[in-house]
Amino acid sequence: MRQIKNIFRKEFRTYFVSPIAYIVISIFLLVTGWFFFMTFFLYNQADLRNFFALLPITFSFVVPAVTMRLFSEELNIGSYEILLTLPVTSRDVILGKFFASVALIAAMLLPTLAYPITISFLGELDWGPVAGGYIGAILLGAAFSSVGLFASSLTRNQIVAFIIGMAICFALTLVDKMLFFMPQSLLGFFEYLGADFHFQNISKGIIDSRDILYFVSVSFFGLYGAHLVMEGKN
Amino acid sequence: MIHVENLTKYFDDFCAVDQISFEIQKGEILGLLGPNGAGKTTTLRMLTGFLRPSSGNIRVKDYSIDEHGLEIKSLLGYLPESAPLYHDMLVFDYLDYVANIRDIKSDAKITRLKQLADLCGINEVMHKPINQLSKGYKQRVGLAHAMMNDPEILVLDEPTSGLDPNQIVEIRDIIKEIGKTKTIIISTHILSEVEATCGRVVILNQGKIAADSTTEALRQGAGGEYFINITLLDADIDSVRAALGSIGQILAVEEEKKADDNDALHIRLRLRSPSDIRPEIYRKIKQSDWTLLEFQQETLSLESIFRQLTKEN
Repeated sequence: MRQIKNIFRKEFRTYFVSPIAYIVISIFLLVTGWFFFMTFFLYNQADLRNFFALLPITFSFVVPAVTMRLFSEELNIGSYEILLTLPVTSRDVILGKFFASVALIAAMLLPTLAYPITISFLGELDWGPVAGGYIGAILLGAAFSSVGLFASSLTRNQIVAFIIGMAICFALTLVDKMLFFMPQSLLGFFEYLGADFHFQNISKGIIDSRDILYFVSVSFFGLYGAHLVMEGKN
Repeated sequence: MIHVENLTKYFDDFCAVDQISFEIQKGEILGLLGPNGAGKTTTLRMLTGFLRPSSGNIRVKDYSIDEHGLEIKSLLGYLPESAPLYHDMLVFDYLDYVANIRDIKSDAKITRLKQLADLCGINEVMHKPINQLSKGYKQRVGLAHAMMNDPEILVLDEPTSGLDPNQIVEIRDIIKEIGKTKTIIISTHILSEVEATCGRVVILNQGKIAADSTTEALRQGAGGEYFINITLLDADIDSVRAALGSIGQILAVEEEKKADDNDALHIRLRLRSPSDIRPEIYRKIKQSDWTLLEFQQETLSLESIFRQLTKEN
């Protein structure tokens, strides 16, 4: 536990020492802000539905950009050797990095709290879906982080890690939009696989254990996959 | 202190380390020697818990590497080859991070960091990012990293590679200083380094142990051939053969042609055993009317022993 905290602190600090955090956060805020307010006044409704509707797509490319360096960089410069010969387990390393990435995503979402606050002055804002949306956003960010972490453990090239992570995240986001390609018997299964489907449920303000279980299990599989890959390397 | 038993490592089909066994006592400085690709780094990586052995066992004190990897890691300090440190961290931040992982309490931390900075001579770079450091400073930061928890066992993989001669001497002095109280394992292919720092040498070749002994024993035991070189003026090879041939220890008297402008005679005597027969030879020379220019007993250098042991066979 102590080691997870140490690694978390180091990784989180590194985000803000290098320009990565600032670039990613600015791009995220620009993209979401632009798409949200472009149509906000046309709909003339005091809610954040459009903001949350777009989030899975934006996260699909923002989150892998956050996680791409976590293992690839270590593998590339060889610092992984130093890290693993310190008294830490690979579980400590993976969880520390995972929490650092989730914390960065939380820091990225923090400025967007300005949207609901401004909107609440413009009209009657229902805070239930907003709270649900933010909880869902953190869960979605955690699930995508673990996917990105897994992608990063596969290669020493950060760009390859980014592309693999983005591909998996996009597939998870879009799979329930492509159900008409799928055989009828598997429809339920593929719908359940879709990250967007579960996220939209939560962002309506309905917190269902099935949706939470989905995000937790995606996170688990991603982290476990990264664990297996890193164990396989030695 | 450290017991290595039948340690083997395969990378797919390639056998990098093949059934090696050795022991290291407390307080020893062991040199791990070998040509490139002999398995030095792989051995050290298994010892430090970075790679898992394909078979065989490593025990440090009473801990076995399979079951008590974490305990062993907290006894060890390790400097990997070419010190792969995080690029974008400041030296101070990096050492602080290592101190946290090594569980050094915050009041002791600053004192320890200062001590290490003095010992390794990195005071002036503490607030620079690591990627701006020269190779030598990076190596020193790596050394400070390895010594953070005052480890009982220090494992250094080619610690002086890429350093300038002054830095090499400094690092060697540091190693010798620490070696008074600690157990140290150094891998290298620089032989003078082994001679300067190590009490004992293990020579690896193609994943196997080619030799394991003290540096002196290695020098004495190697090859079984000893030479004396003599340079004489006003002598010819036949009369020298006649005079010296009667000494039983001498196996052969060989003339060596050298590109000298004078007409001195260079002679190389091949001897049977290391027992000193120089007085006897000198008496023979004194009886004759040759002029003695040079008279030198050749000690087999570690270089030639190394070449003998690691030649392709």
